[in-house]
Amino acid sequence: MRFMVLVPGSPESEAGEMPSTELLEAMTKYNEELVKAGVLLAADGLHPSSRGAKVRFQGSERTVIDGPFTEAKELVAGYWIWECGSREEAIEWLKRAPFGGGVEVELRPIFDPGDFGEQLTPELREANERLREQAAGQR
Amino acid sequence: MAASATHHVIDAVWRIESARLIAGLTRIVGDVSAAEDLAQDALVAALEQWPQSGVPQNPGAWLMTIAKRRGIDALRRRVRLERKQQLIGSELQILARLDQSDLAAHVDDVPDDVLGLIFMTCHPVLPQPARVALTLRLLGGLSTPEIARAFLVSEGTIAQRIVRAKRTLTEAHVPFAMPGRDELSGRLAAVLEVIYLVFNEGYAATAGEHWIRPTLCEDALRLGRILAALMTREPEVHGLLALMELQASRLRARIGPRGQPVLLADQDRGRWDHLLVRRGLAGLRRAEQLSRTLGPYTLQAEIAACHARAPSVQATDWPRIVALYDGLAALTGSPVVELNRAVAVAMAYGPQAGLELVDSLATEPALGRYYLLPSVRGDLLTRLGRQAEARSEFSRAAELCDNDRERELLLARATYPDLASAEHEPKHRPPA
Repeated sequence: MRFMVLVPGSPESEAGEMPSTELLEAMTKYNEELVKAGVLLAADGLHPSSRGAKVRFQGSERTVIDGPFTEAKELVAGYWIWECGSREEAIEWLKRAPFGGGVEVELRPIFDPGDFGEQLTPELREANERLREQAAGQR
Repeated sequence: MAASATHHVIDAVWRIESARLIAGLTRIVGDVSAAEDLAQDALVAALEQWPQSGVPQNPGAWLMTIAKRRGIDALRRRVRLERKQQLIGSELQILARLDQSDLAAHVDDVPDDVLGLIFMTCHPVLPQPARVALTLRLLGGLSTPEIARAFLVSEGTIAQRIVRAKRTLTEAHVPFAMPGRDELSGRLAAVLEVIYLVFNEGYAATAGEHWIRPTLCEDALRLGRILAALMTREPEVHGLLALMELQASRLRARIGPRGQPVLLADQDRGRWDHLLVRRGLAGLRRAEQLSRTLGPYTLQAEIAACHARAPSVQATDWPRIVALYDGLAALTGSPVVELNRAVAVAMAYGPQAGLELVDSLATEPALGRYYLLPSVRGDLLTRLGRQAEARSEFSRAAELCDNDRERELLLARATYPDLASAEHEPKHRPPA
């Protein structure tokens, strides 16, 4: 079972400040533990929203909104992808993460393509396969 | 929290902690059987107490504390029961180690402990099935019924296998330690073999009604990832993990809606798991950076990577796969590898070339009852338009095959050889 753990932004992450050596150490140790347990599949950190943008879709109109965006805690600053045996196991792992200060970290199961069921019609499946072939050809 | 919810949490904690707990305890008491008993005692205590008290902040340390306390109690009880004046020297040492209050230190040096435990459960003094059962039980955190279900044998058989294995380890005084430099490669090969065996039983079940059992693949992947994190400099550890991740990337495309096998040529490649493909290719690069000469798992991962990179069967680099099989055959001398090589040759240079190689393997004793030999032969004969001969080959393959789902496919092809294509075969479409 695969999970995405979404780490929210903070005023510091939005200001582009690097975490303290202390926090980096704790996080490295935690990541090591995840790796040594065979749990961690992927992880990335995101630049502050000032380097990002939003596109708003209204009818045929497309409006580009440049960052930064307000409400740091509603922004994602990074994510992990984990492989766990159960939701409970993912929660147990998350409880061990070195966060503090009232931050809330969200954990969500990842869809398997099979989960899309009937919504993903054979035509859509075939279209996806074609896309993959093209993408593979570009490598 | 409701009691049943707490039990789910305890299951999760056990899965996370049990290997480290048992490994740490084995180092302290020197005996894997006693260590597992203590760990089980701690689990029972958790099941009794946590539903009322709640799950402790540091469940791993809690379990370790309880297990050690039980160990101390057991040793003291023996003094009373056996009316000994005092414990013998070795027991005193164990007591002293159990009594150390420095818990954090024990939790910290666990990675080496886990490695020591893997080399113990895969020790050559044990027969192969015992290594598999003990590894899944002590490192994978699987229960006896789970292992029994995975290998389609009775719980009693597995329970007995595990008890005997632990007794053998104790009687043979197998030390809890990393193997020395001189024996490392042989001992590591035994560990990799156990992990790949578990994976394969999930990837293509040898028997039973299901063709794939993804949870077994996940167990093997987890063991492979743990090992890769602990033995970062060993190329074949990364090679095996890459091989398993590349193969597992195809798992969900590998069965149809009714549980029937879907072979490589017929798979919807859009359903392959691209995260696993990416990880597998990265792991393969790491393995190749670590060693100039490629070991058998890294070579197999290279072959799997050829498939992973190809957008279709037709666009697969078959000559390269043939060359990789040449290397693998030279390394292993395995007739099964030769058979796979014949399939690749047929794809690269035509079915007649493949058939000649397959026929040269017909007298190979190791393949005498191997269902894939007639299956491959039937497939090549079909492509050569020799349908009558193909039918009898597929019938023979079905007779030899123990997996229900795969046998159904083979029986169908015994009637209609063109029906489905075999592994590595291009898709046959009925004329419009």
